[in-house]
Amino acid sequence: MNIKDLEKEQNEGVETLPSEERRKFLQMGLAVTGVFLGGTVLSLSSVSSATGGVINTSGVVPVKGQYPYPKHLAMVMRQNHCVDCEKCMIACRETNHVPVGHGAWRTMIQERITTVEGVEKQEFRPILCNHCNRPPCVRVCPTKATFKDPETGIVVMNYSKCIGCKTCMAACPYNARYFNHDKYAIDKCNFCIDTKLKESGGKETACSAACPADVRVFGDLNDTSSKVYEVLHEPDNKIWVLRPEAGALPNVFYTNA
Amino acid sequence: MAQNLIATIFAQTEDNSLATPGINRATIFFLIATGLGLSCGVASFIFGHEAIYNNTREVPWGMLISTYAFWAITSTGLCIYAAISHLFGGTKMAIVSNRMVWMSIICIMGAFATIGVEIASPHRMIIYNILSPNPTSNIWWMGTLYGMAVGCMIVEFFGIVTGLGKVAVILGTAGAVAEVLANSCLGGVFATLPARPYWYGGQLPIYFLTAAFLSGACATVFFNWLAYKIRGKEMGEPVKTAMTSAGKAMLMVLILYSVATFWRLIMYYVGGAELGRVAASALVSGPLSVNFWVLEVTIGLLIPLLLLVLSRLKNVGMMAFAGILILIGQFVARYDLVAAGLLVPSNLGWDNAPTYLDYVPSFFEFGVIIGSISLVAFGFLLGERMFGKVFEQKEH
Repeated sequence: MNIKDLEKEQNEGVETLPSEERRKFLQMGLAVTGVFLGGTVLSLSSVSSATGGVINTSGVVPVKGQYPYPKHLAMVMRQNHCVDCEKCMIACRETNHVPVGHGAWRTMIQERITTVEGVEKQEFRPILCNHCNRPPCVRVCPTKATFKDPETGIVVMNYSKCIGCKTCMAACPYNARYFNHDKYAIDKCNFCIDTKLKESGGKETACSAACPADVRVFGDLNDTSSKVYEVLHEPDNKIWVLRPEAGALPNVFYTNA
Repeated sequence: MAQNLIATIFAQTEDNSLATPGINRATIFFLIATGLGLSCGVASFIFGHEAIYNNTREVPWGMLISTYAFWAITSTGLCIYAAISHLFGGTKMAIVSNRMVWMSIICIMGAFATIGVEIASPHRMIIYNILSPNPTSNIWWMGTLYGMAVGCMIVEFFGIVTGLGKVAVILGTAGAVAEVLANSCLGGVFATLPARPYWYGGQLPIYFLTAAFLSGACATVFFNWLAYKIRGKEMGEPVKTAMTSAGKAMLMVLILYSVATFWRLIMYYVGGAELGRVAASALVSGPLSVNFWVLEVTIGLLIPLLLLVLSRLKNVGMMAFAGILILIGQFVARYDLVAAGLLVPSNLGWDNAPTYLDYVPSFFEFGVIIGSISLVAFGFLLGERMFGKVFEQKEH
């Protein structure tokens, strides 16, 4: 039948449908729901409502208003502001008693030289734990020694449960974990949850407070008046995350704003 | 009373023909080597893991993890073949299945000894694996399932020794199922880490299972050949037939494993993540290339393939030689797998990072490896001496 002829036809309505057809339709609906529900139950994601990445038009920024934690802490690095003064690294080490040696650090500044239109340009990139919404380290830990803080989403450690299998170190896409030989357990950045964050009433981390160039914008994404929210949701700002292909949905973002 | 009972059991199981000075000396030698080797690992608890192992923040795993995987995979293979023989009966390998159960237990002990000194705080593992389990963790499942498997196999072996056939069959089957699942989770430990594209993907768990079938067949032929060699005895026809069966399995799985290795490598060069390709190149032309081409491929795959064909699966000595070459190749393959996944720095392109990080196992790591090999050798000799008659039984 021609599609134009079909348009002229009247809708037959549901009254004429035999009850067997209706039952079939209902069964199909139930099956689809069941499959969806089953998939949700079987999901190994730490936060089933976690979103970000592909479903968002801007790429990596979580969907507005859908932050899984009551006080969803995040950091935006204004990368082009970083001058490699290393004050963040010093403040972090002092505040959190990070031991020296054996590759122990919680935050670091990476450096590279790129050539743009024949001109050499030095770039600095601060890194730290990304406190991911879907943290591979949390999933792999056999004893729940590392977990997401239910209030803030910070990935924290319970040192007394850590068996030192180092699977979390292998699983982290950001090289954010190290073996703390003082604590004899794996350690990592915890957004100063037990130090500076506590002292500042949840406002600052040691590194963000120490940065003279305002590189590290830290705050609660659920607070729409916060600077971190503003920078992240300003349409003109290009935002990216490190290693998006790992699918960890990080809460540390980068921009050149 | 209990002592009498044990004495009666051992009187029926021990093989006095092995109570020779030479075997005794070898047994004691391997016991001492086990003690010395594993004491290198125990030293890590005194001086600190970071002080005596060459693992770093960037390369958190090394030769100890790969050796653990090697023994665990071999144990799984032995256990599977033994269980198939016990469960379905009638298979030609059934005649040597008791020895396979024992060696499966010994191999998993070698694995546990290695991982026991690799983990920084194993005492916490014992407590919190039970009190604070994480069901999404592959490591948790792997540890729990291997623990269950070894428990089942020990009771199974007790059943074999004491003539409780039904107990042996039920627990042997349960043990084999646990071993297969544990092996699968061991593959999953690596396969579910998107941070390491060289490991990430669905192929690895089945690749590990294939390796288990390969290593299990090799270990069956090699240990049976050795058992007759140390006794200076000729194999009877039924045992030779069993060896031909194991040789068939070895040849078939060797081909499957080679195909899987080939495609696994090709895959990285047709697209996908750059870090995976750089890791694969570590094997093809980088720091692991001698390991890969000489030890893994030539000694571990090609020469054994030739030997197996030449042996026409009848020459047990040649098959045993092929078996030990494959096992050497498998040992190196596990190391290459672990190392290649970790040697590519995550900050590639920044900080003038080298294409490949530097990791060479420390003296203490080699010590632990020698300790674990000695443990398996000691376990083999102890088994032959204490349970030799059980291993010779035609039926149970």
